[in-house]
Amino acid sequence: MSDPSAAIRMESLGVRLGGHLVLEDLNVTVESGAFVSIIGPNGAGKTSLLKTILGLIPVGAGRLRINGRTPEDLPTGEIGYVPQFKTLNRSFPGTAIELVASGLKRRWPGRLGKADRERAEAMLLRVKANHLEGRSITRLSGGELQRVYLARALVSRPGIILLDEPATGIDVVGELDMYRLLEDYQKESGATVMMITHDLNAVCHLCSHVLLLNRRQIGYGPSAEVLSDENMRRVFGHVGHDHPMWVGGMPHA
Amino acid sequence: MLEALSMPFMQRAVLAGMLVAMLGGYYGVFIVQRGMSFMGSGLSHAAFGGVALGLLLGVEPMGVAVPFTIATALGITWLRRRTVLGEDTAIGIFFSVSMALGIVFLSLRQDFTTEAFSYLFGSILAVTPADLWATGLFLLFSLFTLPVWSRWAYATFDRELALADRLPVDRDDYLLSVLIAVTVVLAVKLLGIMLVVAFLVVPAATARMLARSFFRMSLLAVGIGMGTTLLGLFVSYTFDLPSGAAVILVQALLFFLSLPFNRR
Repeated sequence: MSDPSAAIRMESLGVRLGGHLVLEDLNVTVESGAFVSIIGPNGAGKTSLLKTILGLIPVGAGRLRINGRTPEDLPTGEIGYVPQFKTLNRSFPGTAIELVASGLKRRWPGRLGKADRERAEAMLLRVKANHLEGRSITRLSGGELQRVYLARALVSRPGIILLDEPATGIDVVGELDMYRLLEDYQKESGATVMMITHDLNAVCHLCSHVLLLNRRQIGYGPSAEVLSDENMRRVFGHVGHDHPMWVGGMPHA
Repeated sequence: MLEALSMPFMQRAVLAGMLVAMLGGYYGVFIVQRGMSFMGSGLSHAAFGGVALGLLLGVEPMGVAVPFTIATALGITWLRRRTVLGEDTAIGIFFSVSMALGIVFLSLRQDFTTEAFSYLFGSILAVTPADLWATGLFLLFSLFTLPVWSRWAYATFDRELALADRLPVDRDDYLLSVLIAVTVVLAVKLLGIMLVVAFLVVPAATARMLARSFFRMSLLAVGIGMGTTLLGLFVSYTFDLPSGAAVILVQALLFFLSLPFNRR
């Protein structure tokens, strides 16, 4: 029986890359409206998991259902995605508003219609990037580009948002700003969010659940339960709060 | 020039030039933005292999060059998608194999070497009414690909995003490769195998200097291609220069003039 409240359901899910198993035996049910943070060391399979949900990597074992469907059967526009490494063609002639509008039709816009322009403008305003509207994407800084990509991911008002280290390339103020935007959008829309991050502060203050990975599922649940000293030592070799980047506030089990 | 236009061969050359310029601009923007210039070069040399095979078999060379070049384009795209090899390596392999085959085919029937040379350097005298029909029909077919333009553009901008949005990126890539291959073959008679790649690259590169949106770049590339072809053919006729070389030199001149306007 499929659970109607489950946005994403993984049952003994395995992911293969180039014939090698990079993730195995994931059993996670992400409730609709949850804000899930995915954490784990480099090479833990975090990005591979997001790409499997997106349908970019086929399911290697077990089952994966998104809103009750397989990734291949999911209609376009149900997932908004912000990639970590921007694979964009940096010499491509396009403006920030065209990039945002590409999230509406899932095509590169030739000429922007009035309705699409207005929706893209409203989303750029929402992410506080309306001043970038006519700017060429080749001239956007890393942080500006990240905001525009976020606007692009949200403009079609998807029910599921996947973010791969969205704070990469952004300064501390911009990072907090981005998290606030994301939190506001999530609360208002009730969207399900899955975000890969290394920022344990963001994990504790923003997320309802944590998925701790290291090629397999180490834990899934509220951060206080999952980020135990034992789990953190097992995965990272140290506990979060004795790390120099840790600024406090993590609730411990 | 007006007097020249009363001559049927010149009318055919101008019409063929305009048609090929439209195709070159339309597909050239993807070649430039995807960094596929070497692909254009590889395909024109594949066309040489096809032309040589046609001459050897005693059939219409273009009729053999089209499937030969399409097969090469598909082979390059397949090798790039399915192996760890980069595109330049895939092209380099097919490029040299096609040339080697062309040389072998020509060596088997040496009496056709002169005709082969006209394909190498192009000739406005070589354009036949059948070539015009073929190019016109292909241009018409290309108009039907306009709905795919925004998908090609999206994948050109960010392939991973296009894949994440479930666009048929691989299928679109194969289609684009085939269409570029046909464009290359159709342009060969007018411009020659040696110069055809410039026809695909230079107007689009000039358009990139001047445009800030991909839509405008595409329109500009077509317009620049047509304008420079007309001017190039006029120069060719006036100064009795080879048509392909004259057109390319006019295009190159405009490209260098556009450099100060580089739009980031």
